[in-house]
Amino acid sequence: MINEELAVKMVGITKRFPGVIANNNINFEVKRGEIHSLLGENGAGKTTLMNILYGLYAMDKGEIYIYGEKVDIGSPKDAIKLGIGMIHQHFTLVPPFTVTENIILGYEGNNLILKTDEAEKRIMELAEKYGFEVDPRKKVMYLSVGEQQRVEILKALYRGAKILILDEPTSVLTPPETKQLFNILRRMADEGKSVIFISHKLDEVMEISDRITVLRKGKVVSTVSKDETSKRELAKMMVGREVIFLLSRPEVEVGEIVLDVQGLFVLDDRGLTAVKNVYLNVRRGEILGIAGVAGNGQKELAEAIVGVRKALKGKIFVEGKNVTNRPPYELMSMGIGYITEDRVGKGLIIDLTVKENLISKVYSAMTRKLFFLDKDLAERYSKWLIKEFDIVAPSPETPAKTLSGGNLQKLLLARELAIEPTLLVASQPTRGLDVGATEYIRERLLEQKKRGTAILLISEDLEEILGLSDRVAVMYEGEIMGVLPVKDANIEDIGLMMAGAKRLNR
Amino acid sequence: MMQALNIAFWISVLTMTFRMATPLLLGTVGEAFAERSGILNLGIEGMMLMGASVGFLMGYITGNLWLGVLMAGISGMVLGVLMAFLTVTLGAQQHVSGLGITIMSSGLSFYLYRLNVPTPGGIPITVKSFEPIKVPLLADLPILGPIFFNQYELVYISIIIAIVSFYLLYKTDWGLKIRAVGENPRAADTVGINVFRVRYICLTYAGGLAGIAGSWLSLAQSGMFLPGMTTGRGWICIALVVFGFWNPLRILGGAMLFGGIDAFQLSLQAVGFKIPYQLFLMMPHVFTIIALILVSRRAIYPRALLKPYRRE
Ligand SMILES: Nc1ncnc2c1ncn2[C@@H]1O[C@H](COP(=O)(O)OP(=O)(O)OP(=O)(O)O)[C@@H](O)[C@H]1O
Ligand SMILES: [Mg+2]
Repeated sequence: MINEELAVKMVGITKRFPGVIANNNINFEVKRGEIHSLLGENGAGKTTLMNILYGLYAMDKGEIYIYGEKVDIGSPKDAIKLGIGMIHQHFTLVPPFTVTENIILGYEGNNLILKTDEAEKRIMELAEKYGFEVDPRKKVMYLSVGEQQRVEILKALYRGAKILILDEPTSVLTPPETKQLFNILRRMADEGKSVIFISHKLDEVMEISDRITVLRKGKVVSTVSKDETSKRELAKMMVGREVIFLLSRPEVEVGEIVLDVQGLFVLDDRGLTAVKNVYLNVRRGEILGIAGVAGNGQKELAEAIVGVRKALKGKIFVEGKNVTNRPPYELMSMGIGYITEDRVGKGLIIDLTVKENLISKVYSAMTRKLFFLDKDLAERYSKWLIKEFDIVAPSPETPAKTLSGGNLQKLLLARELAIEPTLLVASQPTRGLDVGATEYIRERLLEQKKRGTAILLISEDLEEILGLSDRVAVMYEGEIMGVLPVKDANIEDIGLMMAGAKRLNR
Repeated sequence: MMQALNIAFWISVLTMTFRMATPLLLGTVGEAFAERSGILNLGIEGMMLMGASVGFLMGYITGNLWLGVLMAGISGMVLGVLMAFLTVTLGAQQHVSGLGITIMSSGLSFYLYRLNVPTPGGIPITVKSFEPIKVPLLADLPILGPIFFNQYELVYISIIIAIVSFYLLYKTDWGLKIRAVGENPRAADTVGINVFRVRYICLTYAGGLAGIAGSWLSLAQSGMFLPGMTTGRGWICIALVVFGFWNPLRILGGAMLFGGIDAFQLSLQAVGFKIPYQLFLMMPHVFTIIALILVSRRAIYPRALLKPYRRE
């Protein structure tokens, strides 16, 4: 039966990985001209399903129909021929190449001798048609994340994609960039193209989708129309229970100052001043939230505090001790924990096992007799943390890289919280996580607060900042635009400060 | 002694520069392709030795030197495919695989030689080696004539190969694919490029050029084969590719520079400078170290170098 209105029809898709069934008999349909969201917890199998559709993974069982025709997709090349384009969770661009080179890379219609001018012209036409700006001659490594994503989209459009898969495209975007992306996606759908959109942000899903399919543990829970559902219902379908979006803040007596930053200046990787004359402090049992659009110096501030980036000027005190530019291991032994926003690149060593990652901060305590590791102790320690933090991993010997995003974050959290930090710097702790994992991480942060940890929470998610912090500081272009108690904070004022349009007197 | 360093001396140095540069140029251009696709080919020293041996044997047995060059190239290609099988298909460590090939080839090249060539009293057998050709008219120009227009055919061929390789790498669709595979194989894979095939092809090319470079040593430079006669030229190629930023044109310049130093020290020895010859022999290697210290900090390696690619 040929159904031209169905752009994609996946029937009975099953895919196993060692120890897990990532996709279990999944049926999934996308109509022509539709924006269809794919929702599910970390590790539910969304990326796996899309990798199968794009020919990156071979399925164990199942059938795929594209515009009604049964197809056999053995590689991305086949997928591209069928008009499928995919924008991956982690971008697949070649940084030292120009925008044009990235777009025409591997394109079937290229001549042997490349005609870059013609390609540039076509790229500009496409960009204009869908309403975005690019400089085709710029090298990709100099582009912002949002711009890089547009290059990815152009790459698919250049190949004539009619079905576009976007895997968590908004997790790296600022709110205005997200808006721009949604305009582009809408325009594509209006033209009859189909869009498959993966996200953990329920508000976004409710805003952009026509229909929504929810996966849980490798199975389809349900496919619903946007108009017939709600954020709450979606969350429940994903997690299998009610989700509390805003946790109640425990009342904790704040104590003495733990972190005191005075007049700090820090450079970024390009050598520009990223943190300018920042003063702030955090007390025992207090959460200071740093709001702001990513790239306004938050990362550099955090890295200077934990000692992995040099402070140019100014001083950092922890529990009254001057720790400016002290080596990280010294700060670590003082009880400073750090949850970096780059959990895969910096926070964890993903080629090592779960166990090795868990003990990587305490290995000296695990050595006995000269320098041999106490294997039993390491084993018991990691098993305890895996249980305590509810990390889903087949065993402590599993390589960290096979864990899902949420479990990687729990792994990092477990390692950092196990040392019972006096100061915790948490940078984007819930980015890319599903609602269940997000709720879990936030609970653990509040628990630390109750224990008396001073927490510096950096997040782009205003809801998170307002929900967890006692005081809010807003960062814009490396400066603190103001610090205010959360009870006096409202979204409008903070939004204005984030955009640099408002400043509180210090 | 000083009057020996006259104009004739310098003409001879420059003439020799091209000849000393030729094996370096061939080997390094090949190495650039291997590394651009993400594979460090430490088998290059062995591939050169194999080329030297096989080239010599073919020339010696058939009397056709060009057949020797061809077979030297093919023997290098076979080793290139072997390297690709180990590192690309099996995903073995590139250092280990490359060194293994070099060790195996240094033995095998001599073994093949001894199987086919009797060496009476240990004196190596020689073939009548390639001769420089005179380019009509131009070869008679003063100074320029002997330097540029009275060279071996292989010298010209190697320069043409370098230039063509540059265009291939930077101006063609293939080149774009090769560079992408060495930078971000996943990106290449997702746009439908066969990462494995690209790496196989690049290693085959690298092996072929290394083999021809080896045959230069036995068929043009000396007319005989000696075990270990590459004397570390392969390793210099590994350094030179960094010095040349993986760009065949820069490598051409670098090979001339290194070749020039070699030519200079050889010429000094020839005019009888009273310095221990070991010091002269050291010069190219010392220079390699200095050059690498100077440029390697700025060198941007292909990002996927040394990393086997797997999809899942
Ligand atoms: N290459 C792989 N090897 C082994 N296991 C894998 C691999 N890729 C995914 N898995 C496993 O398959 C399951 C589904 O993973 P998948 O990446 O599809 O989840 P997801 O829904 O995209 O999660 P997230 O929201 O965190 O991106 C997980 O249990 C994961 O650990
Ligand atoms: Mg995913």
